[in-house]
Amino acid sequence: MKNEYDVIVVGGGPAGSMAARFAAEQGASVLMMEKDRDIGYPVRCGEAVSKAGIEEFIEPNEVFISTIIDKFGMISPDGTEVVIPLEQIGYILERRVFDYELAKQAASYGAEIVTRAYVNGLIIENGKVCGVKYEYKGEQLELRAKVVIAADGVESRIGRWAGIKTHIDFRDMESCTQVTAANIDVDPNTLLFYFGKDVAPEGYFWIFPKRNKSANIGLGVSGAIGKKKSSQAYLNKFMDEHYPNAPVLTRIAGGVPSSITLEKISAPGIILVGDAARQVNPLSGGGIVSGMIGGKIGGTIVGEAIKQNNLNHILTYDKAWASRLGKRHEIFNRIKNGIYNFSDEQFNSIAHAVSKVPMEKRSLGNLFKTALLNKPSLLLDIAKVFLIK
Amino acid sequence: MLLIEILPNKCDFCGCCVGVCPEDAIELKEAEIKIDETLCTNCSKCVWACPIEVLKFNKEKLGNRKII
Ligand SMILES: Cc1cc2nc3c(=O)[nH]c(=O)nc-3n(C[C@H](O)[C@H](O)[C@H](O)COP(=O)(O)OP(=O)(O)OC[C@H]3O[C@@H](n4cnc5c(N)ncnc54)[C@H](O)[C@@H]3O)c2cc1C
Ligand code: SF4
Ligand code: SF4
Repeated sequence: MKNEYDVIVVGGGPAGSMAARFAAEQGASVLMMEKDRDIGYPVRCGEAVSKAGIEEFIEPNEVFISTIIDKFGMISPDGTEVVIPLEQIGYILERRVFDYELAKQAASYGAEIVTRAYVNGLIIENGKVCGVKYEYKGEQLELRAKVVIAADGVESRIGRWAGIKTHIDFRDMESCTQVTAANIDVDPNTLLFYFGKDVAPEGYFWIFPKRNKSANIGLGVSGAIGKKKSSQAYLNKFMDEHYPNAPVLTRIAGGVPSSITLEKISAPGIILVGDAARQVNPLSGGGIVSGMIGGKIGGTIVGEAIKQNNLNHILTYDKAWASRLGKRHEIFNRIKNGIYNFSDEQFNSIAHAVSKVPMEKRSLGNLFKTALLNKPSLLLDIAKVFLIK
Repeated sequence: MLLIEILPNKCDFCGCCVGVCPEDAIELKEAEIKIDETLCTNCSKCVWACPIEVLKFNKEKLGNRKII
């Protein structure tokens, strides 16, 4: 480790690794600090991505791909199941390996990485962030940098210490629980979504198939629902009813910040990327690819600022993010709010209408139209958004 | 007085509570969670956001005192 870096990235998830890579690619000296022992573990994720989304960053490789997705399935509250072929394919990842590969990619561009380094403060001088305070092997230490990139996930605090408002409304926090279970007999290439107030009010319940008949099974509920009944209670009920004897390989809790991006994602000497900046697609809850995009845009701008010796350049990041995805997320967020108000009857009638369309004529497009006819809402973007770059 | 109770040995360290805390009162490490009682306002947002019922608003702690 050096005594000082051009860039310190806090957090070793997809957003952090991509920020580190793209800053290093511009010639900056970069250190990525991760609080946990391992990069990529624990996995708190359903692991669904679009092929097009990850291809911008990494060649798809079977070491980190569990299954290939080519269908979208919707189960309405009355149990009607409709399956729709997808025009573009997606994957269920092995994020444990995927996150590792991304970190290795950052390293191959020259970024250094340290794990078990818990950042617990910022060095701030004359209103500018100049480095981090951190705990490492029981010692409290400091490390200076020209720019800090906060990629510290849903639990982000780094931005707050720089005076940015980063906490989100509890109603926008999708509090998730998920199990990865074995012996789950579902189609290995279909993303399955359950809707309705009994399974997942104001959200959706998912079964994402993984290799060898295992699957990620979980849901997210908004804090408004969590106030009355926890995410865990919904998951337990579903498992008891559908898979009472399935061996559970992993059980996790996790949060998806399902809101629009923070109002401000840069300040002197610091930018925020990924979940820390609330860059998750608020409709699908997908944050892997959007976080990587945030990391790429942010890392590149920070790298350029170092190269040009013009640190003010980092403040152009907010705009660059807004025009690539931030604006679109505002629309998705409105759609999400519309879907949250769908009644069980509306979900049922959409499913019934689509089930009358012959399989070869089904597409997300016409499912979408059916949803629109039912209510001017954009329900099926839930599937589509996983396919947006 | 801190009225939010962290039930022992239940936390999964997922960060939902930290993400919604308006006061930055929660400290979360790899496998350690703490609430700073000098910052916490007992607003309960963390309780509602916790997916696995680790956090509890403890009324008993209040006794017959009132929150003003
Ligand atoms: C249950 C669940 C299901 C999901 N399903 C999907 C899905 O199917 N598809 C999809 O695209 N997205 C999904 N998401 C969202 C996705 O997991 C996140 O958006 C994504 O991981 C965000 O990447 P990130 O790099 O911003 O943050 P993270 O991956 O969370 O990485 C942040 C890192 O920062 C570290 N860190 C935090 N604080 C500090 C500190 N103080 N010092 C040092 N290190 C620190 C953390 O340990 C962590 O490793 C899901 C999320 C959940 C919870
Ligand atoms: S009660 Fe409110 S202030 Fe206290 S820790 Fe929870 S969210 Fe933060
Ligand atoms: S939300 Fe609950 S499980 Fe998650 S870190 Fe907070 S207390 Fe622990």
